[in-house]
Amino acid sequence: MSIRERLSGNEAVAYAIKQINPDVMPAFPITPSTEIPQYVASYIANGDIDTEFIHVESEHSSMSAAIGASAAGARTLTATSSCGLALMWEELYVAASDRLPIVLALVNRALSGPININADHSDSMGARDSGWIQIYAESNQEAYDNFLQSFKIAENKDVMLPVMICQDGFITSHGVENIELVEDELVKAFVGERNPEHFLLNEKEPMAIGPYAVSNYYMESKRGQRQAMLNARKVILSVAEEFEKISGRKYGFFEEYRMEDAEYAVVVIGSAAGTAKAAIEHIRSTTGKKVGLVKIRVFRPFPDEEIAAALSKVKAVAILDRSEMFSGTGGPLGAEVTAALYRAKVNAEVVNYIYGLGGRDITTDDFEKVYEELYRIAETHEVRDNYRYIGLRE
Amino acid sequence: MDNVMNKSYNFKEEMINKKDRFVPGHRMCAGCGGAVAVRSVLRSLHEGDKAVVGNATSCLEVSSYMYPYSAYEDSYIHNAFENAGATMSGVETAYRVLKGQGKIKGEYKFITFGGDGGTYDIGFQSMSGAMERGHDFVYVCYDNGAYMNTGTQRSSATPRFADTTTTPAGKVKNGKVQVRKDLAAIMAEHHIPYVGQTTFLGNFKDIYTKAEKAIYTPGPAFLNVLSPCPRGWGYETSDMMEICRLAVDTCYWPMFEVIDGTWTLTYTPKKKLPIEDFLRPQRRFRHLFKPENEELLADFQKEVDKNWNEILIKCNM
Amino acid sequence: MIGDKINEQSPWQDITEGNKLFEAATSREFKTGEWRTQRPVHNSEKCRDCFLCVPVCPDMSILVTKDEKIEFDMDHCKGCGICAKVCPFDAISMEV
Repeated sequence: MSIRERLSGNEAVAYAIKQINPDVMPAFPITPSTEIPQYVASYIANGDIDTEFIHVESEHSSMSAAIGASAAGARTLTATSSCGLALMWEELYVAASDRLPIVLALVNRALSGPININADHSDSMGARDSGWIQIYAESNQEAYDNFLQSFKIAENKDVMLPVMICQDGFITSHGVENIELVEDELVKAFVGERNPEHFLLNEKEPMAIGPYAVSNYYMESKRGQRQAMLNARKVILSVAEEFEKISGRKYGFFEEYRMEDAEYAVVVIGSAAGTAKAAIEHIRSTTGKKVGLVKIRVFRPFPDEEIAAALSKVKAVAILDRSEMFSGTGGPLGAEVTAALYRAKVNAEVVNYIYGLGGRDITTDDFEKVYEELYRIAETHEVRDNYRYIGLRE
Repeated sequence: MDNVMNKSYNFKEEMINKKDRFVPGHRMCAGCGGAVAVRSVLRSLHEGDKAVVGNATSCLEVSSYMYPYSAYEDSYIHNAFENAGATMSGVETAYRVLKGQGKIKGEYKFITFGGDGGTYDIGFQSMSGAMERGHDFVYVCYDNGAYMNTGTQRSSATPRFADTTTTPAGKVKNGKVQVRKDLAAIMAEHHIPYVGQTTFLGNFKDIYTKAEKAIYTPGPAFLNVLSPCPRGWGYETSDMMEICRLAVDTCYWPMFEVIDGTWTLTYTPKKKLPIEDFLRPQRRFRHLFKPENEELLADFQKEVDKNWNEILIKCNM
Repeated sequence: MIGDKINEQSPWQDITEGNKLFEAATSREFKTGEWRTQRPVHNSEKCRDCFLCVPVCPDMSILVTKDEKIEFDMDHCKGCGICAKVCPFDAISMEV
């Protein structure tokens, strides 16, 4: 029997950590992820888990220590947000290229400046090319479920990549929702123990990690990382299947909501999907328009063919980005989904919106306007401006 | 501390019986002092004990683990330039956890090396944090007084007036303006159980015994090793031992240790030599010997005397 | 030999995961002796087996043999000359 609870997103992730009881957690406080290490520290203080907490003096050091601990053979995680992730930047690449199965609980928050503590995806989107697997959540339930699956994906011998489990700052991290927890024994059996093949503290075999590699090795090393990311696709799906058996909850690369007959679709990441679903229900019941949603769960590896297939029958699609990339052409999700549609020769009209920067609310009204714009574009085939802001004062 | 030392130091026995754990085929320059520092410290590990060697990005790193060639008998981890302290914190913590779980049986020791750039400057925060948290490992700075890996740029360990590629001695400038940071004293103020400052002298007793104490004292330890760089300092590769002797006999490089807060001088020159003797053989100080720069030499001497007197006071001498 | 398994002609599939290396001290395969422009010549008659030259070598290239004599590892000696300078008995000379 699953356990019914009411938890914030941060509590939910902390609870997952408690159930997994990992070996080492270096962490540094930053809003809005601070509660996660706080909860873990209190579990340790009360003897609930025997994780070793490293009270590092910066996020750069938390990822550095995580790399050391993971290379030494320990199951290792950390948590951060925004500028904390930015300070780790260099180390994110090292963790991925060293092929270390570290898990990072990221509570998405806008990057400075100006300094802002609220949700957007500029932190994780900036790290999208670092070689980490990125999995996003709409709700507290998903944040919890994704976290429980994370180590099994990361530590799979065909993958051996770090995993970022993302949720939206404050919206889910501090919002309390009903949640179903998996029983401790089931989690324990599902996640298992880390049994590394190679590690620094292997008494039978010394290991060296982090070399200087000349040009004649570097590209081959990157190709190895790419293979791991390709392998991760299969592993993410098989872990999700296993997870369904203990939880009854089904996960894939993305969720298709009312897409079975949709003519107009929105693609979005994270908590805004909940608002989009409410808008869809309202539109369908009041106008009968066939509107749907693709909510991205796995952004790295990017499921391009699958997304293109999901959008292959729509007339028009709006891709919503919660971060700027200042290319002058749109946002990162917009660029990647558009490229996927082009490669798959999907003929839908495409428009890219930027929304929710620095915690700006997005409402059902906003989504209704987006769909109305899609009806117009589908009819006229005139996109006009393929790069717009929602909720901007003009 | 008494139980730390394996046995009293017998030079010939050490040379005959000890195996090196830093091995040939590394690509440090001919005559490199840094390589001698690493070799000497790792020789202080007791036979049978395992170790994980860490490394900040440095000459040492790019020369001692060039894929797929490692110059270490032990496990080795390099992460980046500024985080050797934090990285080893993670390794050492993992050891305690895995040992507690019974997954590791043997004894491991943890030693990490950084150059002065990676230690005094960019890696200072990471090292300071690791020492403050009390991790049981040794941070060894092989101090050659500049960013040698990138071509002799000034660091906060560079001595005053040194001619470096970013503080060149020119028509109106006389090299580095500032005096060097006293890192060993700063580390002593972290109230860690062991801090030592040393270099290579005679039969290497000083560096071996300090490295052994640093490694075998429970808790964090810091070892600062003056490691001459023939290329960056501008002297013949063969002169390393003479340069080291002049560094200590001019009192430019005091050799001491701080055990649980108690300072002890481990070497007093029989006759304190003028600082010119240390500076003259090095091209980086050549401009100081122009007649018009006599005053700068006097300033350098004043600085050395002041530091030496402070050390004597700290050591109750 | 590690160089037979992994070298600059290896396809990407042969490069170890994360460029990790699972054996120790492979650098011995790399012969730095080729860098040498002058070489140490040992005069065993002058040598008094004091071993003061052993620890000063940056390349661990002065070895103590079983019969307690010194021997040079010419595969790796880079010819820096520190040993010759430090010898109190002039038993090592550097020759081109």
